Amino acid sequence: MLELRNISYVVEEDGQTKEILKDVSLNIDEHFVAITGPNGGGKSTLAKIIAGIITPTGGQILLDGENITDIGITERAKKGISFAFQQPVHFKGLTVKDLISIAAGKNMTVVQVCEILSEVGLCAKDYVNREVNSSLSGGELKRIEIAMIIARGTKLSLFDEPEAGIDLWSFNSLIKVFEKMRDEINGTIVIISHQERILNIADKIVVISNGHIESVGSKEEVMPKLLGRTAGCDVLKKMADK
Amino acid sequence: MDIIQKNLLQQVAGLHEVPIGAYNIRANGELDSRNTTANIDIVTKEDKSGIDIIIKPDTKNESVHIPVLLSKSGLQEMVYNDFYIGDNADVVIIAGCGIHNCGVDTSKHDGIHTFYVGKNAKIKYVEKHYGEGDGTGGRIMNPETVIHLDEGAYMEMETTQIKGIDSTNRVTKAELKDGATLEIKEKIMTHGEQFAKTDFAVELNGKNCSANVVSRSVARDKSKQEFISVINGNNECKGHSECDAIIMDDASVSASPMLTANNIDANLIHEAAIGKIAGEQLIKLMTLGLTEAEAEEQIINGFLK
Repeated sequence: MLELRNISYVVEEDGQTKEILKDVSLNIDEHFVAITGPNGGGKSTLAKIIAGIITPTGGQILLDGENITDIGITERAKKGISFAFQQPVHFKGLTVKDLISIAAGKNMTVVQVCEILSEVGLCAKDYVNREVNSSLSGGELKRIEIAMIIARGTKLSLFDEPEAGIDLWSFNSLIKVFEKMRDEINGTIVIISHQERILNIADKIVVISNGHIESVGSKEEVMPKLLGRTAGCDVLKKMADK
Repeated sequence: MDIIQKNLLQQVAGLHEVPIGAYNIRANGELDSRNTTANIDIVTKEDKSGIDIIIKPDTKNESVHIPVLLSKSGLQEMVYNDFYIGDNADVVIIAGCGIHNCGVDTSKHDGIHTFYVGKNAKIKYVEKHYGEGDGTGGRIMNPETVIHLDEGAYMEMETTQIKGIDSTNRVTKAELKDGATLEIKEKIMTHGEQFAKTDFAVELNGKNCSANVVSRSVARDKSKQEFISVINGNNECKGHSECDAIIMDDASVSASPMLTANNIDANLIHEAAIGKIAGEQLIKLMTLGLTEAEAEEQIINGFLK
């Protein structure tokens, strides 16, 4: 479905060359894939490269066999890639209903918006006409961000650390949302996460560290390493150090 | 009324035909049509151009439309409209001015609307300003609104200038007595080399009175905007003003807030933010399938909604 071939991303910082991603190759065909690893390892950069927000300095991206490396954000979205930001964006004047309608590509009725908001655990009537601004909590914004992805219903949905910046109560609710999505949503879900509970529901786990793929496999193969039960506990140690 | 005037009427007052209730339609400097009701009277001034709108006390759930239409190029006028709102009334007043200029001469409408709002009366005042026409003549509008709110009175004012006005100097002055409340929402968009200045001056004289002035604007191309807001807290009161502007292209926006507390229990706040559309907003909407231009329009439309 999605194939990354030798993706690299190099930037110049303070006169020095910095390799954010180094020759990353990966196939994603599974229904629910989790990407994990220490902060600064290149996970979010990789997600933004897939969504078209960042252009890689090397390599190719193929979606269903089509090379999409050189096409922009809008075209990728139209081809079926959705991206949920780690820090949801605020909009003055645009309401939850406006954004859900834009995501769905049609003018949604209040009933239709309510149905989608209910799926992410929001009491819909309280939110339909709310502006998507700082008056909403981090947990609420995250759920609205996820609701937009559900409204799109695309073949590939990318989530960049959905658990970031939310409290434990909201996180527990969020896990339930992703469990439900895994069971009910068609298409491929890719989540960047540090959370064991999210990794545990993944069909495949990808560990990215220091700009390259450290390991790939099922949770049975990867989790023991992450949890330090085997010799390959370097990644876990880095994660624990954060 | 011709097709051009009908279109202007639709733009400034949302009317496709003659409205229900009281109305006074002014077209090209003359009275086009008028209707009064048992509770709302409209009288032509004798000493100068304009009308008096007199609303009886306790009038409820009625509306007054007073649109002004200019379709004759080069017409320039100054109009004085006075509103007398009786105690305990609850009404909606819809004003607005549309200029169609397809000639080379400047068309100009200056108007002073003065409101005397009675005790515990409640009014919603909506005004829209709009310009169109492919002539080279200027389209100028200078509306002045003077508001006197008596004890316990409430006024909500929505003032909008969406497009087509080359130059405007919008002045709003208000004085509030005990327990009075004023809510002002302004929306402005300027294009090309247009100029728009808004100037609010609010005197919070009464105990427990409050004013909230919110202005949202978008300045495109080489247009220029100035926002001035002066709130004086002269009693135990609350005042808040907010200027929020999106700047695009080579436009220019300035904001000059001024708060003065002349009473220790005056609570006054001002907020001002001017900036371009955030890149992350555009990217977010593009990840939902919009082009950059479509995303920009959605953000602006939402901002000014």
